[in-house]
Amino acid sequence: MSIEIKTATVEPIRQTFSHIRRRFGDKPASRYQEASFDIEAATNFHYRPLWQPEKRLNDPSRTAVQMADWYAVSDPRQYYYGTYVQARARMQENAEHSFAFCEKRELLASLPAETRALVARLLLPLRHAELGANMNNSGIAADAFGTSVTQMHMFHAMDRLAVAQYLSRIGLLLEDDGLALLAEAKQRWLDEPAWQGLRRYVEDSLVVRDWFELSLAQNLVSDGLLYPLLFEHFDAQLVAIGAGQLGMLTEFMRLWFAESQRWVDALVKTAAAESPHNRELIEGWVSQWRSRAVQALLPLAEAGPGRDALDAIDSAFGARLKKLGLSGDAA
Amino acid sequence: MAAKRLNQKDKYRCLTRDLGWEPSYQSKDAIYPYERFEGIKITDWDKWEDPFRLTMDAYWKYQAEKEKKLYAIFDAFAQNNGHQNISDARYVNALKLFLSGVTPLEYQAYQGFARVGRHFGGAGARVACQMQAIDELRHVQTQVHAMSHYNKHFNGLHDFAHMHDRVWFLSVPKSFFEDARTAGPFEFLTAISFSFEYVLTNLLFVPFMSGAAFNGDMATVTFGFSAQSDEARHMTLGLEVIKFLLEQHEDNVPIVQRWIDKWFWRGYRLLTLVGMMMDYMLPNKVMSWAEAWEVYFEQAGGALFKDLERYGIRPPKYVEQTTIGKEHISHQAWSIFYQYSQATNFHTWIPTDEELDWLSAKYPDTFDRYYRPRYEHWRDLQARGERFYNPTLPMLCQICQIPLAFTEPDAPTQLSHRSLVHEGERYHFCSDGCCDIFAHEPEKYVQAWLPVHQILQGNCGGGDVESVVRDYYNIDPGQDNFEYQGSPEQQRWQALQGAGRKAG
Repeated sequence: MSIEIKTATVEPIRQTFSHIRRRFGDKPASRYQEASFDIEAATNFHYRPLWQPEKRLNDPSRTAVQMADWYAVSDPRQYYYGTYVQARARMQENAEHSFAFCEKRELLASLPAETRALVARLLLPLRHAELGANMNNSGIAADAFGTSVTQMHMFHAMDRLAVAQYLSRIGLLLEDDGLALLAEAKQRWLDEPAWQGLRRYVEDSLVVRDWFELSLAQNLVSDGLLYPLLFEHFDAQLVAIGAGQLGMLTEFMRLWFAESQRWVDALVKTAAAESPHNRELIEGWVSQWRSRAVQALLPLAEAGPGRDALDAIDSAFGARLKKLGLSGDAA
Repeated sequence: MAAKRLNQKDKYRCLTRDLGWEPSYQSKDAIYPYERFEGIKITDWDKWEDPFRLTMDAYWKYQAEKEKKLYAIFDAFAQNNGHQNISDARYVNALKLFLSGVTPLEYQAYQGFARVGRHFGGAGARVACQMQAIDELRHVQTQVHAMSHYNKHFNGLHDFAHMHDRVWFLSVPKSFFEDARTAGPFEFLTAISFSFEYVLTNLLFVPFMSGAAFNGDMATVTFGFSAQSDEARHMTLGLEVIKFLLEQHEDNVPIVQRWIDKWFWRGYRLLTLVGMMMDYMLPNKVMSWAEAWEVYFEQAGGALFKDLERYGIRPPKYVEQTTIGKEHISHQAWSIFYQYSQATNFHTWIPTDEELDWLSAKYPDTFDRYYRPRYEHWRDLQARGERFYNPTLPMLCQICQIPLAFTEPDAPTQLSHRSLVHEGERYHFCSDGCCDIFAHEPEKYVQAWLPVHQILQGNCGGGDVESVVRDYYNIDPGQDNFEYQGSPEQQRWQALQGAGRKAG
């Protein structure tokens, strides 16, 4: 027998907001829908931006990619702020346990010096690249049009800051004087030949004005090659030399990358499917940034999991592009 | 071996601004192209003091906890039809004003802070702005979710974003924030972080949330409590911004002073809508607009500007006019909305006898003398079946976009009207404050999208106001607009109250 609590029923006079009804039909809407669609101002702007007088304040033409409706892009994770922070809070709780455990057991400090040096060399300078990714995504959140597109980039911007902070904390755990180690890593980022390709790639991305191109250069191409290289193949290399504990501290990055690729793919796939014009633009940008990224990552691959690993990653990346409706052939 | 313990400040530095580097493949000017054009001189970003120290893991943890609690209340509120427990259905009109007038500003704040969060040369300042950006997105979305249940049971909330872009009085808040976002990054921060968040938040955010608390609106007041700690962060950012700019270079002082003058006046005019809400739209009143202005601006702001004196900053220009205006503006605004209720997404009404007496008590020097007779006259007309609606379109101020209905500071029965000729065209203003703003940047303000001009030019469809309201604004005639007494909304509320009593 079931129990039934009686409540007074009050018939609603409408199911949802009018703009949500126009888009999704006259039925109760999800919180993701009510939070993410048609709430950005779209018309009757008062003043031209002093910083970009040729554009309107909110302007879909800040990219050459054209969509009849930018809200056609949506997030497969259906993140709005509340679901986003709750998902990340769960991930950070696990990461926190791992950091605490490693610190308590001195799992990093007990690694051989050369292993610690390898980790410092290949992971720590990356914190600066992550700050670049943070800036790029915050800029895209400002330049792009439509909440369903911009919020994914805003969340992504904050995620990148978090990754930079986790990487920094790995540095602080690696040596007694973690600050000196991080300073050394910054010097590598600035001077070491192996990092200059990536640093140039990042600095060049910071001056890209077309936000869609920038999202491809950063979130699809650079991340799509770099994360598998440094958080999967390099991790496997560490496991092979008996330093698998480091993987506890980079697990966040792997989980995060697997999750965030989903929205990047949805964005690219939807925009490429819209028109041959979009597809051509996207193909051109992807091919140009991809060959640059592969070049930039080559010295890091050679210092770590090897050139073959990078080749394998690049061909898997080509397969991913094919699934998105792009040619996927290496340049 | 144990890693060296860092103090909190050093650790935060290591986790934020130390992530930055001096670029060499691209110039700083190319990476940060908007940092110089306003004339602000930044000599050393390293002098930026982080207004709060929150790493991302802590941010997620803390915010997720708040969100969990907030949505639990929203769910309970909807499940139990919490809208039945508000003081009176008239209260919901304050929510209509909030959702269509304020929530879209939170959205603009999200966009604006995301932009400056990318473009400042200092990593510490960028990170603080990004956190505000994502907080503002939170406020938009939680407000929409808080109102979602009300929208199912009341009119006027259903197309808030569409209306924000079009409806005549919503161009007041819309143009305010667009003015800030179209400005350079430092003016944006002075306008929003300092003038708005720091100086005036207690006169916008707090009155709406206190109004919710006083009127049994559990959903909105819970949002308010949940957003309070976000707002506190935003306020500390606002104060840091202004001190940083003033300490960086003495040449910044006159630029910042002009921005403070401008944004204080812009904010004061915008808050007219809040004053009206407090004095007229809340069935259970919190405090009068004049009292709020005294406590939150005259006292708190007075202390602030005393503190800023050492930088060479004086109180905002025309501040003395607000001391006089606080006795008048809410009454003048309600009079405008009462007359033009055919074109608003909320209802208006004549205050009850009890409410008129409250206004007399709160405004002993002005209400009975200037405003009560007007309401009594309109009430008489209404009793005769001749509820007054103004069929003409008002002249709007070119800057604040409020109809020209304010009176002269020294002559409370005389309309305040200024005008200026720019390149052969005459432009009209409600005040010296608004006129000065135009005179300094005429090329910006000639662009204003003035709703009345646009209607008359045929840019809002329809040959008459009725069809503009119905087809362009998406205001459902007879449902969303007009007088509250006798409205379908009032009838539904009375039926609901009657049903409640019978059930009880």
